[in-house]
Amino acid sequence: MSNRDIQNTLAVFKREFLGYFNSPVFYVIVVIFLLAANGFTFFVSNILDFDDVSLSARFFVWHPWIYTVLAPAVGMRLWSEEHRLGTIELLMTMPVSPWQAIMGKFFAAAGVWLIALVLTLPIVITMGVLGDPDSGPVISGYVASYLYAMACLALTSAVSAFTRSQVVCFIISVFFCLCIGMIGFPSLTHTVVNAVPSGMESIVRFICYFSFMDHFFELTKGIFVLKDILYFVSVIIVSLLLTDFGLRSKRA
Amino acid sequence: MIQVKNLIKVFGTKVAVDDVSFSVEKGEVLGFLGPNGAGKSTTMRMVTGYFKPTSGSVQLCGVDMIEEPELAKQRLGYLPENAPLYSDMTVASFLGFCAELRGIHGAARTKAIDRVLDLCFLDNVRNQSVDTLSKGYRHRTCFAQSIIHDPDVLILDEPTDGLDPNQKHEVRGMIKRMGRDKAIIFSTHILEEVEAACSRAIIIDRGKIVADGTPESLKKLVPGAASLDEVFRSITKPDTVQKKAA
Repeated sequence: MSNRDIQNTLAVFKREFLGYFNSPVFYVIVVIFLLAANGFTFFVSNILDFDDVSLSARFFVWHPWIYTVLAPAVGMRLWSEEHRLGTIELLMTMPVSPWQAIMGKFFAAAGVWLIALVLTLPIVITMGVLGDPDSGPVISGYVASYLYAMACLALTSAVSAFTRSQVVCFIISVFFCLCIGMIGFPSLTHTVVNAVPSGMESIVRFICYFSFMDHFFELTKGIFVLKDILYFVSVIIVSLLLTDFGLRSKRA
Repeated sequence: MIQVKNLIKVFGTKVAVDDVSFSVEKGEVLGFLGPNGAGKSTTMRMVTGYFKPTSGSVQLCGVDMIEEPELAKQRLGYLPENAPLYSDMTVASFLGFCAELRGIHGAARTKAIDRVLDLCFLDNVRNQSVDTLSKGYRHRTCFAQSIIHDPDVLILDEPTDGLDPNQKHEVRGMIKRMGRDKAIIFSTHILEEVEAACSRAIIIDRGKIVADGTPESLKKLVPGAASLDEVFRSITKPDTVQKKAA
């Protein structure tokens, strides 16, 4: 990475990141995220009714579902908006490589999500007051949660590179995030494995291996498993490569 | 300063630009004329590196656009058609962003912003959101972006489109002044503009160059033609006439 790479990526990051604060979308999403994350934890999982102060099973467990809807809402403007406004033509004729722009935008969305996640810290403090939660699982829960969010954002970035409509981008991204989360859902996997001929079982298991869920739950258990972290990182990289491909194909 | 050789662009089965070659030297203002859909914007988008040509080459100040796009783009200022802007920014922050992408930082950045705000008469809207600007101001903001780094090569796609007569006159004057030490290409539908601002003009029709010369020499192409308008109409065909299959 040269100096120029960093400067350009930073310039794009700054514009995009500040752009979120100029639009109501960011505030709406953060509020809904906090309402959903805390609501599920306190009123569905009834975290206060248990003696156990660990957060994995009653707090982090909801995050994938929330991200499935909210991450596409954050990411949908990344490239769709550029296509719609025509500013993509400005950006791509500046001395900026597509890769610098892709990274800058992706990290801006990821930065927004980091703020949302930091705002959930009161729940950790609450549990700390009520009991003595292990710090390991809390940290790994946050790491897993953030990786999941970034993977959804990267997927959305890839979808947004292909369309100028934010609505289309949102719907398709939610669908993709849902699919890739659901394929690893134990009860679903179980049903499918029972339904297919016995020879096919290993194929189903192989496909399930690509689900976000498995890797997410492995991580939230509190053990840092390199393969699960690498899994999310590679999903992000592949999605960003797809973004690059999408931008190229749009420019014919 | 601008060297375009055998440029071809094919979209699917449609040949949008068919073997276009020309060059523009420093101090030249080249008018780019042609009916809608003739390939003007497509050609400009290839010269600016936005579209990759199907074949052919583009060089800006001796730097190849396909081999070293980032280096070539540093030499270039570009005003796309319809003057796109980020609607959530103010005029000054938009120009600041563009300056940063051009590698202008710190005090030089502030100076560059002030310079173009002044040049394009944007000072009274500097902190206004781009959203709320009238079309003339939007156009001038995007124009300001294209000259913020004082480029050697300037490419303007319909820079006077949607402006009122006063603004048109102002932009024309600006192009003419800047043309003295830059190489400029601009496309337009207004033929009197060509006579007012250009030292040379190219007429492009169905992807091919059909005329290239000074406005005076173009008039002589068609015997008896009194204005460029007549020349234009006699050598290009309306876009409703279908192109015969080659």
